[in-house]
Amino acid sequence: MDRQDFLSSQAGVETLRFMTCGSVDDGKSTLIGRLLHESGQIFEDHMARVAALSVRHGTTGDEPDLALLLDGLEDERAQGITIDVAWRYFGTPRRRFIVADAPGHAQYTRNMATAAAASDLAVLLVDARAGLLEQTRRHAAIAALMGVARLVLAVNKMDLVGFDEARFGAIAAEFATLAHSLGIGLYSAIPLSARFGDNVTRPSERLSWFHGPTLLGHLETVTIPSLADGPFRLPVQGVVRLDEATRGYQGTIARGRVAAGDAVRLARSGREARVARVIGTDGDVAEALAGEAVTLAFDQQLDIARGEVIGAGEAVPMAARCEADLVWLSEAQMFPGRSYLLRIGTATVPASVMRIRDRLDPETMTHAPAETLRMNDIARVSLQLTAPVPMQRYHDSRDLGGFILIDRQDGATVAAGMVAEIQAATDVTRHVTAVDRAARAALMAQQPALVWFTGLSGAGKSTIADLVEQRLHAEGRHVFLLDGDALRTGLNRDLGFGEADRVENIRRAAEVARLMCEAGLIVLACFISPYRADRAAARERFEDGMFVEVFVDTPVDECSRRDPKGLYRRAYAGEIRNFTGVSAPYEPPLAPELRLDTLNRTPGQAADEVVAMLRERGIIPG
Amino acid sequence: MPAPETLTGERLLPAHLARLEAESVHIIREVVAEAKRPVLLYSIGKDSSVLLELARRAFAPARIPFPVLHIDTLWKFGAMIRFRDETARRLGLDLIVHTNEARLNPFEHDTAYYTHAMKTEALKQALTKGAFDAAFGGARRDEEASRAKERIVSVRGAGHDWDPKRQRPEFWKLVNLRTPPGGSVRVFPLSNWTETDIWHYILARNLPVVELYLAARRPVVVRDGTLIVVDDAARMGWRDGERAEERMVRFRSLGCWPHTGAVASEAATLEEVVAETLAARVSERGGRLIDRDPTDSMERKKREGYF
Repeated sequence: MDRQDFLSSQAGVETLRFMTCGSVDDGKSTLIGRLLHESGQIFEDHMARVAALSVRHGTTGDEPDLALLLDGLEDERAQGITIDVAWRYFGTPRRRFIVADAPGHAQYTRNMATAAAASDLAVLLVDARAGLLEQTRRHAAIAALMGVARLVLAVNKMDLVGFDEARFGAIAAEFATLAHSLGIGLYSAIPLSARFGDNVTRPSERLSWFHGPTLLGHLETVTIPSLADGPFRLPVQGVVRLDEATRGYQGTIARGRVAAGDAVRLARSGREARVARVIGTDGDVAEALAGEAVTLAFDQQLDIARGEVIGAGEAVPMAARCEADLVWLSEAQMFPGRSYLLRIGTATVPASVMRIRDRLDPETMTHAPAETLRMNDIARVSLQLTAPVPMQRYHDSRDLGGFILIDRQDGATVAAGMVAEIQAATDVTRHVTAVDRAARAALMAQQPALVWFTGLSGAGKSTIADLVEQRLHAEGRHVFLLDGDALRTGLNRDLGFGEADRVENIRRAAEVARLMCEAGLIVLACFISPYRADRAAARERFEDGMFVEVFVDTPVDECSRRDPKGLYRRAYAGEIRNFTGVSAPYEPPLAPELRLDTLNRTPGQAADEVVAMLRERGIIPG
Repeated sequence: MPAPETLTGERLLPAHLARLEAESVHIIREVVAEAKRPVLLYSIGKDSSVLLELARRAFAPARIPFPVLHIDTLWKFGAMIRFRDETARRLGLDLIVHTNEARLNPFEHDTAYYTHAMKTEALKQALTKGAFDAAFGGARRDEEASRAKERIVSVRGAGHDWDPKRQRPEFWKLVNLRTPPGGSVRVFPLSNWTETDIWHYILARNLPVVELYLAARRPVVVRDGTLIVVDDAARMGWRDGERAEERMVRFRSLGCWPHTGAVASEAATLEEVVAETLAARVSERGGRLIDRDPTDSMERKKREGYF
């Protein structure tokens, strides 16, 4: 066979990526082992090893245990369970297959989600004797959530129910109802015996009543979804120089197609241009489709950086808020307000979960409210990003609607998420004025900033802030002291001291402070603000460097000794409920810009330190 | 075999190879965008040839924007070293060659000890010396059972060690290279390729490969059932009564010549090699002495920092 013969023989061979899932005893490993074995993928030395291992670990008597072909890591072979997604490869003359094998034990959510994110189809295994189990429903639900568009129910172990047509029919009917309830329109049910090979790759006499294809036959012919239709989308990965004058923008086409001469628009800047060149991995081409890695050049100079999305047709939404389905992957719990790095497409931006709307209980498949998320939890959440990024609903684009959250300390991937609803930055069209914050700040010869004083009641926040205001005012700075108590008598007089009201109190305070900063002012805000999450949320409303946190660190004993307003006495007497430090928690800042220990300094010294810090940060001139 | 230096715009690849190529190019571009100092680990073998070609196409017409590192044990086949230097010239590579100063002789030390010092330790030395925070490797998941679960991005600690518990789930096309301070990553853009895909790609793209992959008459010693090609008779650790005989053989994977078994074959052209690979009944690592240890040797080597 020469090169041309080879190329023509391979024309039209595509790849189907599918996942397999099922409960521990459904025979999943045996099924995959058989698919690999019967499509000629297993080498003799591997089979010899399996035969040897079967003697020690096997469960099939004298025959080689095909499930052992799949085991990978030392400890899980000893445990007899698979604990991670394993990837398998096989092919037939018609199609190539990449199998994501997701284990069925307790840690399934994380593994299932990983496998599903890479799959176009899911094969769900059930034991014909047991029928659909809770686990089957769970697996189907996760596959549907992750956007796996096609399901195949493989009813295994038909040999153990005497190849009974009625038994299969009952399971298939039940499955039809399940698929319908999950909104999955494309599904099939196929009876088989992985152990004996009936209807896996070869039709079986014993299943002669079944008129559908074998499992392999189905996998070879099922339609593979194409992303080539729909509006063109390209998340920009990087920039290369094509020649002295021209820059090329690299990326993989997430959706649609692009041709030289096409008009495109940038999501971030809204600028429009025409495509001058489409360079694929084969060189200059007339047109490229979704899935291709390309470099684009334009008819004009553009300022495009990594994280931009080039699009055509309907504009790509820019959003800093969205509702998303989150799969929590980390052993560390998720708390609302904690800041993570969000990666979506090629953009990376700090983000936090504002609220957990509801958590899916994996045992009961019901939704319930939750305060935190633990590993393997799935929840609908509200996300707040520190800056708008291009995004789409996951339903419209996996590549622009699927994201991960990254731990800022150790870089671990702690969650995978799917954008469900976008609150586009353009929903409220703000009037863009010619005189902006920078212009106002320049006139005032200062950098607007919010200095956030946090600490217990009676810690000395207002005392210190008052002195800071006097010093700045004397210097000719435009400064305003925003006091929590003052705000509570006006704007926030409808709010109490329960947790939800405290969150809203801080949100409004931060919003008022933000407006004042827009006006060019340096704002000093004094709020107990006991929850880290709320302070983090306030911080995220500001650009980097504009929000400065000052922790007025006075122990609760000292505060109650001072008790300037007599509140501690009443709190200890039980007259005030939810009193921070007494009957409600205070979460001290982990990394404030400045910490003031008031036991060792006078209020005047503390104020001097705040002013010095503002000078050091360039907020006021040196 | 001349390589296509300029890209013609002619679409040659079948759909499944085009998709693998695009996905690998995407990964390589992500790493270049996110890493401070990436490097490509070049083993001279067929997978490395594909990896280099993908890197070239990812940035064409610009040059490959990272250096290429070869760990030379001084016991590679002569043809490999000639091919390496020719490839570096042809593609204008920034080639770094590193050898562990211990310079062990594979005939004088046991295989595991030799491999650990001259490959694993040498690699760690070179990565540390170059302050590389991301290293591309050509490993594939279909090579070995223990690799079926390898991630595309493998996170390594400060000592380049691998810990199965620290590995991350991977989603969609998102490549997360972040590590704790002092950590680094190994990145495997060929994870989803099979041996067949590699050969098909080499054929479709007409890529040069080391001549050792093609069958030729070579001086062979049969030792414990393994066909050892005597690449350098002067350095061969001869055993009593041993002598080489000419046989028609080729290699399915390449390494240090004293440790790499050849297979009897008449496949003297790339096309014949591909046809033979498709019909193969023994895995490509079946010829490697270093993998003949207890069944989990590859996993153990990986934990110690081997690829």
